[in-house]
This record gives sequence, C-alpha cells and structure tokens, in this order.
Amino acid sequence: MPEPNRFDLRGRLVASARQTLSMAVSQLPILIGVALLTGLLLELLPAERMAEWFGRSDVLDAFVGALAGSVASGHPLTSYLLGGELLDRGVSLIAVTAFLISWVTVGSIQLPAEMLMLGRRFALYRNSICFVLAILIAVLTPTTLQVLHLAP
Amino acid sequence: MTAKSTMRGGLWFLLAVLLLYGIAFLLDPTSTNLALDRSAELFSRLLPVLGFVISVLFIANLLLQPSWVRENLGERSGPRGWVLAVAGGILSAGPVYPWYAMLGDLRSKGMRTALMSVFLYNRAIKLPLLPLLIHYFGPAYALILFVYLILFSLPAGLLLERLIDGRPAPHRGNKPPPARSGD
Repeated sequence: MPEPNRFDLRGRLVASARQTLSMAVSQLPILIGVALLTGLLLELLPAERMAEWFGRSDVLDAFVGALAGSVASGHPLTSYLLGGELLDRGVSLIAVTAFLISWVTVGSIQLPAEMLMLGRRFALYRNSICFVLAILIAVLTPTTLQVLHLAP
Repeated sequence: MTAKSTMRGGLWFLLAVLLLYGIAFLLDPTSTNLALDRSAELFSRLLPVLGFVISVLFIANLLLQPSWVRENLGERSGPRGWVLAVAGGILSAGPVYPWYAMLGDLRSKGMRTALMSVFLYNRAIKLPLLPLLIHYFGPAYALILFVYLILFSLPAGLLLERLIDGRPAPHRGNKPPPARSGD
C-alpha cells in the first residue's frame, strides 16, 4: 500500500476519514450480531446458575471453571463478583481462577466476530491457547501463593 | 480481509443470529423479548467504546504510517514492540470486539501476529477493577495473577505466530541467521 504524502494534510484527512468510515460500517452487522447473541445467551444461561457446576475435584473444577468462563459473557466485574461468591461457597481457588481468566481471555460468543475480522485460524488457535493457559495459570497462581506462604 | 468481505460475512452472521432469535421466539417469547431488551442495553453500552475506537482508528489512519507500524510493532520491533503490546492491552478499555477492527488495521500495516495476541491477552488485566479483585482475593493474589498473565502472554503470542505464520521468531541482529544442517 503506498504511503500518502506527509505534507498533504487535507488529502490525508479525507483518506483517513474514508478508510475509518468504511471499516466502521463494514463491522456494524458483526457488532449488532454479537450484542444480540450475547443478550440471548445471558437470558438462557444466567451466570448465577454456574455455582451448581462445581464441587467435584480440583482438576475437574479447573476445567469446568475454564469452560464456564469461556462460554460466559458480560462485564469482567460480574466475573469477580461471581468468583467471590463461588469462593465463599467452597469452590476451590484453582477453579475460580480458571473461571476468572477464561472469562476475559476466551470468547466463544465473540468468536464469530474475531474469525471475521482477524481470520478463522487466528481466532481458533488463539482461543484454544488461552483456554489451556487459563487452566495452567489457575494451577500456578494458588500454588505460588502457598509456596510463598501468602495463601489467604 | 477487505471491508467488503467483512461486511458480507457480517451480514450472514447477523442473519444467522436473527434466525436463532426467530426459533427462540417460537419456543419462549417472554425470554426472547427479555433477551432483546438485554441486547439493546448491551449495544447502548457498546456505543461510547465504539466511538472511542473509531476515533483511535481515525487518528491511527491519519498518523500511523505503515513504516512506523512495521518499525514499532513489526517483525523487528524487538522489546519495544512487546512493551507497547502489553501496555496497549492493559490500557484498552471496553468490550473486545471494537478492538478487533484496530488490530486488523494494524496488521494490514505490518503488525506482528504475536503482538496482536499479546495485546488481546493483556486485556485480561483490568486496572480499574483492581480494588475489587484485591477486595475478594487479596493483594498477593492480584499481583501474582497479573505477573503470570503478562509473562504467559509472551510465549502464547510466539506460539500463535508460529502456528499462523508457520515460522520461528525472527532472527535479530546484523549477522545472517545460522545455516541449519542440510541447508
């Protein structure tokens, strides 16, 4: 792509505005679609019900935590509140950590948008790596706290 | 991916979601209406972020020449590129999907795949929510979690780059890369 002339300010303003507008308009259907899909899933799968999915073993809970965080959607604030609730109900810190991390790093609901804008392989590989890392960091964080004698 | 093909894919996606709503409405009209209300609320919360991202995109299109992106976020950006991607991810606010547009734009100007991944991963660190995280889990937990998130974002980015672009991390320095046996 040829770089525009640095000194032609008007030309650059018009070119930037045109490029930005074209990009914004082309992504509008995706944004509306993701908002609609998120609303539907939030209604069908209320996050509060997730507490019932835990309580088996640490390893399985970590996996379930990462899975629940991956399909959940909403503001990260909700994940902290919910994570605190789960912890109070006796769910392990490993499971809650996996839940918190995958909530913000893995996005099943945003996946179609990510695939359309950044490519299918990028989106699928990135989300898979993030899912595995959520479990790994979930195991490492409480373990490090224990090793350093900082566990709550 | 061009704006035209993104638009076409987006319209198909929207159509599929509307079809899903149609089915949901036939099965449970009350919940579907509530879902529509939730979606409208979500979209209205998205608008300020969208406005912000569009402004950032406009400024980026105006000021960031491909040569700058290649130098600071490209193959040979080095530690500066990693630091910019980590800091950008931590400081980026709001829902993630408007940011995909900016990353797609930067990639077309020469941004590395690994740095795109690092940017997205570090969005997990929410500084405005730090007091709440500390309240529920303690300061030591928050600190260790954030350190791990930043540290692991780097190999995750490199792995993704290798899987997508099919090549190892670029050789740095003036000397040519060492010849592999059999070359």
